[in-house]
Amino acid sequence: MHSLQIPCTKENLQEIRCFVENVLNRYQVSPEDIYFIKLAIDEICANLIIHSHHCNKNDLLEVKIRRENNTFIFEIHDQSNDNFNLLEYKVPDIQQIINDKKNGSIGLILVKKIMDDIELERREGHNICRLYKSIPQANR
Amino acid sequence: MELLINNEDRFHIISIIGDLDASSSVIFDSALEEAINSRQKNIFIDCSQLDYISSPGIGAFTSRLEECTQNNIHLVLYGMSEKIQTVFKILGLDLLIVIKESKEEAKNYVDDAQFTNTMH
Repeated sequence: MHSLQIPCTKENLQEIRCFVENVLNRYQVSPEDIYFIKLAIDEICANLIIHSHHCNKNDLLEVKIRRENNTFIFEIHDQSNDNFNLLEYKVPDIQQIINDKKNGSIGLILVKKIMDDIELERREGHNICRLYKSIPQANR
Repeated sequence: MELLINNEDRFHIISIIGDLDASSSVIFDSALEEAINSRQKNIFIDCSQLDYISSPGIGAFTSRLEECTQNNIHLVLYGMSEKIQTVFKILGLDLLIVIKESKEEAKNYVDDAQFTNTMH
């Protein structure tokens, strides 16, 4: 299990991407897979930092990465009362996003296209967003 | 992220260097807004040194597409890496935003479009 805990600021997104890249590099995941996984994790974390935590540096976000067989499991832990449920959110098509000038959905489209599965867990103010990505080619 | 802005002939070129993410997209969005407000007709985005883009960066383009069309502004992106091109393709934006391989191709595209307009 690999873990990174950081304050909820947008400037820390780069550190999260570096962390994901460093971990996946250890398993010799391809640069292309690393790029898209970094993007998906970045989108989820940016969403939480900006919308759930309002960039409050006193709030913390934790990213955990582990591997089970051929699947990488990425967990993003935070504590907020935001009730937004990305699993229930129906993303509009891209033309609609352009017409409405609402960009918030772009990140969610990317996460859903890149990752194999997404789970949300909430208990007692503690939230976990769990993302699954199968990469059979990665080294053990 | 760093931006380099210069004018070459009729072309206003914004070069993005580094990562365009939630932290840096505001700066890029301002540069694009300024270019549109200063009535530039050919706005080129040089992506040859763009290492990474996430949704706020992409949103800077999508939120201004309509404005560019309404004001007859050619917004052309060029020099993207394969990975970044794939991000645009995943979203279907490769069909809605003009993306060219190089600055020369971008210039040719604008010249052709302007020639076609004068013919009508």
